[in-house]
Formats: sequence, structure tokens, C-alpha cells
Amino acid sequence: MAHRLTRPVARLLAGMALISLASGCSSASPTAPAIAQAPAPQSIPRPPAPPPAPAPQSPAPVGTLDQYALLDRVSWGATTSSMQAIRSEGPQRWLQEQLHPMGDGLLPQAVAQQIAALSIESTPMPQRVIALEQRRRDVDKIADEEARKSARKTYQDEMNGIARETATRMLLRALYSPNQLQEQMTWFWFNHFNVFQHKNDERLMLADYEQTLRVHALGHFRDLLGAVVRHPAMLVYLDNAQNAANHVNENFARELMELHTLGVDAGYTQHDVQELARVLTGFGVDRNDPATTPPPKFGRPDRAAQYTRRGLYEFNPHRHDYDDKQVLGVTIHGAGPAELDRVIDLLSRHPATARHISRKLAQFFVSDDPPQPLVDRMAERFQRTDGDIAAVLQAMFESPEFAASLRTRYKDPVHYVVSAVRLAYDEKAILNAGPMINWLNRLGEAPYNRQTPDGYPLAESAWTGPGQMTTRFEIAKAIGSGAAGLFKSDGPAPTERPAFPQLSNALYFEAIQQKLALTTRQALDQAASPQEWNMLLLSAPEFMVH
Amino acid sequence: MNRRQLLRFAASVPLACRSSLLWAAPQAGTRFMLVFLRGGLDTQHLLVPFGSDFYYRARPNIAISRPGQDDHSVIGLDSYWGLHPAVLESLVPMYLRKQLVLVPFAGTDDDSRSHFETQDSIELGQPPTGSRDFQSGFMNRLAQRLSASQPIAFTDQVPLSMRGKREVSNIALRSIGKPAVDARQSALIAGMYSNTKLAAAVNDGFGVRQEVMKNLADEMSDSARGAVAAKGFEAEARRIGHLLSEEFNLAFLDVGGWDTHVGQGAATGYLANRLDELGKGLAALADEMGPRWNDTVVVVISEFGRTFRENGNRGTDHGHGTTYLVLGGRVRGGRLAGDQQRIEESTLHQNRDIPVLNEYRAVLGALFARLYGLNATDLAGIFPDARPKDIGLV
Repeated sequence: MAHRLTRPVARLLAGMALISLASGCSSASPTAPAIAQAPAPQSIPRPPAPPPAPAPQSPAPVGTLDQYALLDRVSWGATTSSMQAIRSEGPQRWLQEQLHPMGDGLLPQAVAQQIAALSIESTPMPQRVIALEQRRRDVDKIADEEARKSARKTYQDEMNGIARETATRMLLRALYSPNQLQEQMTWFWFNHFNVFQHKNDERLMLADYEQTLRVHALGHFRDLLGAVVRHPAMLVYLDNAQNAANHVNENFARELMELHTLGVDAGYTQHDVQELARVLTGFGVDRNDPATTPPPKFGRPDRAAQYTRRGLYEFNPHRHDYDDKQVLGVTIHGAGPAELDRVIDLLSRHPATARHISRKLAQFFVSDDPPQPLVDRMAERFQRTDGDIAAVLQAMFESPEFAASLRTRYKDPVHYVVSAVRLAYDEKAILNAGPMINWLNRLGEAPYNRQTPDGYPLAESAWTGPGQMTTRFEIAKAIGSGAAGLFKSDGPAPTERPAFPQLSNALYFEAIQQKLALTTRQALDQAASPQEWNMLLLSAPEFMVH
Repeated sequence: MNRRQLLRFAASVPLACRSSLLWAAPQAGTRFMLVFLRGGLDTQHLLVPFGSDFYYRARPNIAISRPGQDDHSVIGLDSYWGLHPAVLESLVPMYLRKQLVLVPFAGTDDDSRSHFETQDSIELGQPPTGSRDFQSGFMNRLAQRLSASQPIAFTDQVPLSMRGKREVSNIALRSIGKPAVDARQSALIAGMYSNTKLAAAVNDGFGVRQEVMKNLADEMSDSARGAVAAKGFEAEARRIGHLLSEEFNLAFLDVGGWDTHVGQGAATGYLANRLDELGKGLAALADEMGPRWNDTVVVVISEFGRTFRENGNRGTDHGHGTTYLVLGGRVRGGRLAGDQQRIEESTLHQNRDIPVLNEYRAVLGALFARLYGLNATDLAGIFPDARPKDIGLV
């Protein structure tokens, strides 16, 4: 291995200097402002100081945590630069900034430019859906079969391209956004309120849906739920766009209670499902161009006043069941759109929802079967703060159960792939997320590709099978070799600017190396090339957990 | 097609299919595969109770017309039941060769109508009351009790039913490629895991991958001689058939896409296309297995059936009772098995669904007892607290 030590050592020395400087500063006073840093010119105003954290149940352990391990869990994976950030700000302040991010996060310029160039950033979702719906209708009218087939393929290709853009944006943000917790929570909520890309024209709605989730990811659960329930992506996916008075479709009502809010064991009945489905009648999606389509006519002015069209979202009184309903023992008077707000209040503030959401958050961040006392404390915080997600997370991060779980949580495929690429290309933005999407496909956790509304499983055992392991090692080899296609341009004449992955970096020597088991070090010592060393590190048992 | 035509059709079938012949192969051990149709297959669309007037009243837009009217009619099996025309060339011939039994009114006691609850409870196969152990699926418990079992899951992840004390490998066969990690590197990686709880998974993963590649390489060069390459599920089923013949004897496969709340179609349309794919895949599996098909039993299940009445969107919602398919060279096929009743408004479960008269743990337990000669103790280990119900599947 001697031949390859020169460069890492140089990098190590550079990194160590920064780190020791930073840690010296933060240890002076945990509440002192971060090490003086010249704000970048495009910097957004500093957030107001976050409110003081309420007194935790046990002595605030965040400041005493292994900072690498905290970072590795709260973010999509530790990197040299993020390690420098947590060292310079101190873990308390760093965590507060993660819980209360301001603005959109300062992406590195190369990444911001890539995202800005995506068409999902410039074309509003309703406009795109309306245009493509018109195209679909036109295509269906083409008489010549070959021409029709070819036009259909173009239409499908365009939808696939939009979905790929959306996945690219998600992955670039996960890799390079400083608001790492917000990005993790965006993924968490997408998975919680899952939709599947290949249903109808769902692919065109993903970007807007994901952005909606990002905005509310650390806000109040009530607002998040309210935004999801009226989003076209959800209304289409769970068939509520088809749910109308006397043509009731129960799909959304059932999953709304079972998966999104109360949880399956909360004691609601089939009757509750049917009644909630009636509440949900009339809330749908209209793909006609509002400029050329007059609103429906209503005999009663009060009904006409209730007709709503916002973007693609529509409330159509003609399709709504105005009789009274009984949901969870509460009478919902037939009143139109207000009924939905009433049941969103009911569901989001139900104690079963506080427990269900808290437990799921703890499963994502702590363990498959989180300790009940932890879940209880989180649920209590959930209810006391009216579902303030950041406050619930803070209660979890400050718990001894969280501290005890560090460096033991097995990564699911998304965490595995993203953390590997973050470690490899911390300072050099990748140019093509396509290979990452392919890897996630092979590992069974591709973006927007879970067909069923339960989302991908959070349990470790879902991702530890023999087939999963072999596939991870193959991906480790692809990333480690440096020619994985992450720097290949798209298009008919692709050019590739390969960049060798920097895995033996400051972070490796500073935080990872000492924790490697003897068996892992022995294997690394037998590497025949830097490429193979990289593959082995990314294949190591220590890299499978965070 | 009427009954007489059917019989004539039946007579013409065996010559076309090699798996139909009775092969004089040595008994090489029983093979069993569970195929899980995730999403809740609308079994009234596959096995149609055309003898029920209520069926036609309940499904004004999506019913399949009574047999003998045209190409879109039900293929009648008897005076009451028939199969969807989409499986005319796949499952119907198997039924006529007596290699397919249908078990209507099958299912579970789980009344949640939740995909996930019901799939989990089926795969775990544990008593309906009491806490669940998510690390103990019934296929794994079966594997533990069979001395020479070679279990495998043809899925992206190891499914719940295959999880447990016995390490089970998984490999998805929708598409296959060459392994990228060479033997030396595999050994180095395995060394890193030697003292971890993932050691067995890592070793099995490398082992299975090698075996599968070796086997499928042979198969691919064999089938290159003139055979038209199959696509999609049929291709996957052929690969599985090959591996079941050569390597494995206890398998799991799942197929998604059955949750038809909207626009499921009737004689043609979305669900018809899926049934066509499914039928062709199962026929290809039988064909690929050749003589080994005689030692094989495949059970096709889904978590629940769907509402007997169509919903407001020409689809169906989550229901209860379903129909199982049991296939194999030596099943007692060409008939319906298990308890049955006429389907009327008054016999529906909760006035919406098909009732469950043949509980799955009881039915599968009895099947395993017959297939493997298991005693009551073995059986209680696989399906605790279940009373086997032998409906004469094999």
C-alpha cells in the first residue's frame, strides 16, 4: 500500500489542520457563534437565533456525542466538509440549524447550476400536465398505427425524462445540500406518503409533490398532511380523483388512516373507512386547460361558490356527497370543502397519529423496534407542540436511546449509495446521477418506484439478504474504480471526465480508520490497487452501518 | 367454446407441449414454489362464476359473458365456473391435462382488508392472535424441517415468508448479468464479514450467484438453438424453471400489479393482459421443467380477493376470499377443490366479499403433510395452532 499513501497523507494533514482549529474554537463555549466565516456573497440572511431547546429529559447529550457518528446519522453520510462544519459550529448549533433550516440551503454553485438547468425547475407542473394531456388525446386520434405507436413512445419518453430529472434533483440535493436533515426528511415523507411514478401521468407530478414535502418536512404535521391530501400526485395515485358521490372509491380513505395517520391498529372500522371515503368525494384533479374550459354550471349559488380550481386540484360540488358522515365517532356535517379540513384536523391531532408518526420516525432514525419509552416521549412532544416535526425530532436526537444507537443502524440502499458517493465526491460535484438511479434500481429502492402505498420498508432485515449484499459489493466496485459514469454527460455523444474517488481522505483517517475491525484492516492491506482498496472500504461491514 | 369443443381442444393440446407427457424420470425429490400475487387479484375475473345471475348484476361493466357467445366469453369448466379467455392457451390446457386445481373461497381470517397486514400475516403463517415474530416466515420453517431443502427466493429482497433461522438466498431473475466481483475479491470481502452477523448472507450471496450464472449460461446456450427468446415474465419463469430443475427445491416468487381499483377491463383490458402474462409464465415454467414438472407443485396465492360488486370506477376494491391455483405434473387437477357455495347476495361476507371457506394455513398444511410426509409435530412447527384440512390437492 506504500505506493498510494503520499497523496492521502498530504490531504490528511491539510484536513487535520482545519479540524483541530475548528474543534478548538467550538469547545470554548457551546453557545458562542461559529468560527468567523466570511459569508459567501450569495448568502441568505442568517436565521434568527433558534429558540432555546426545551429542557431534555436527561442531561443534554448532543454535545457529548461522537460527532462523526451524529453527523453520519443526521445527514445522508459524513463527509470531510460536513465534518468541518459540525466541528466549527459545535454539535448543538449545527443540529439546531439542521432542525430549523432557513431558505433553500446554499448548494455549491456547480450543483445549483445543474439543478437550475432542469426543465422541472422552469415549467410549472400544471402547465406541463395540461400540455401533455392534450398531447395524449391527440396521439390517440392518430389514424396510422405506426405513427400512433411512435407518438406514444415519444410521449412516454418525455414522461420518463421528467421523472429522471426529478430523481436527479433529489439525489443532487441529498449529496450536496447543507440542509441534510431536511433532505432526509423529504425522503422520509415521500416514503411515508408514497406515490408510484408509473401510475398514469404521475411522473409529471413528482417534482412538485416532492418540493411540497420539502417545504413542510420539518414543519407541523397538520400542514404537511393538508398539503398532501390536496396534492394531485396523491389524489391520482390513490384514486381519489375518481372518488365521487355514488361512485365511491375507498382506496385513499383506507390508506389515509392506515398508513398516513392513525396506523392499522388504531381501532377504526370498515365503516369509518366508508364514511371517510364519502367525505373525500369530489376532491380531485382536472387536466383541462382552465383558460379554455369554463367551470361547471351549478343551480345553487352556494355550490357554485364552493367550486374550486387551483392548478390541477379541483373541488367539484357535483361530485361531492353532501350528506352527514360519522368518522371515528364524530359527526362531519355535509358542508363541502370544510369537511376535509375537519377530518384533517381530526386525523392529524388524534393521539394514535402522534404515536404512529413518532414510532415511524424512531424506526427511521434509531432502530427497527424503537424502545417504547422513547416513542412515548416523542408522541408526548408531538401532542404538546401540535405536531411540530422538528420538536419531535429534537426530543429523539437528545435521547439516550438515540445516542446508544449510533454507528449501529444498518443503511438501507438509498443511504448506502448516497453515503458512498458523498464520501467519494464530497468536493467535486458529480455530473450524472443516472448511475445512482440504476444502482438503486438494482438494490430495490429506486426513487419513486415503490408500487404500493406503504413505501419502502424501514426494517434492516428487508435489506440484508444475500442478493442485496452481492449487489452492494458490485456497486462498491463500480464506485471505487472511478469510472462509474458519474461524470459522463448525457446525450448522443457523451463525454466523460472521470474523477478518481477520494475515499482515503481526511475523514477516513480522522474518524473511520480507528473504528475498523482487524478483519477489515487485513482485507484493506491486501488490496492490489487503489481501485480495489476503494471497493473493499465501501464493501466493509463498518460502511454498511451509520 | 362449449364443453364438447373444449374436449376436442383438450385432445389436441398434449402433442404441442412437452411437459404434458408423462416422463419416466427418477423421483428426484419434491419441488415446491409459492407464487405471491401482490396487490389482491380479483379472482372473480380469473375464475368466473358465470352460473350466478348475481355476478352479472353485481358487475354490469366488467363481467365476462357466459360461455359460447364469442371469443370474449368465459371458457366454461363446468356449469357454474369458467376461466377468463385470456388464459385460453395457457391455464386452460393445463386444467384439461389435470395439472391445475382451483381452490375458490380460499384465504385468511384476517379481515383488515389491508394489503400489508394481510400479506404479512400470510407470509408469517403464525396464529392470528398473539404477537408476531417478523423473523419467522412459514416457508423458512418448512425449509428447516426438510432435510434436503434448497430454498431460494426469486425476488429483489428476501421476503418475509422466507425469513428465519435458515439462511435463504435471493436472486431476482428479471434480468441477469455477469458478476463484477471476482473470486479473489469475493474472498477478501467474505473475510471482512467472517465475524459479523451478515457472514452467512455474504457467503450465500456469492455462492448462489456463481451457481445461478453457471446454470443459466448452460441454459442460454441450449435455448439459443432455434428457440425464440421469451420476454418479460415468461423469460423470468423459464429461468426459474431451469433453476428449479437443477438447483433448488423450495422457492418463492412474487408478482405485483393486481390492485385494480380503476378500469380493470373485462374480456380485454388491463387485468386481462396481466392474466395473459401470468398464464403464459406458468405454462412456460411447466414447459421448462420438463420431467421435473412431475415432482413439482406450484401454489399461486394473493393476499385477498376483491369486492364482488364492481365499484364506481369499473374496478374493484379490497375484499376477502380469493382463489388459489395449484399446479404441477401430479396434482389432482382438472377440477375445483375445497368447500364451495353458490354466490348470492345473501352468501357474501359482510355483504360485499367472497367468504373464506378454505383457510390457507389449514389447506397448505395438509398439502405439505402429503407432499413431504410430515407428521403432526412437524406441521405444528410450520403452522402452529392450525388444523390441517386435506382437500386432496395431490
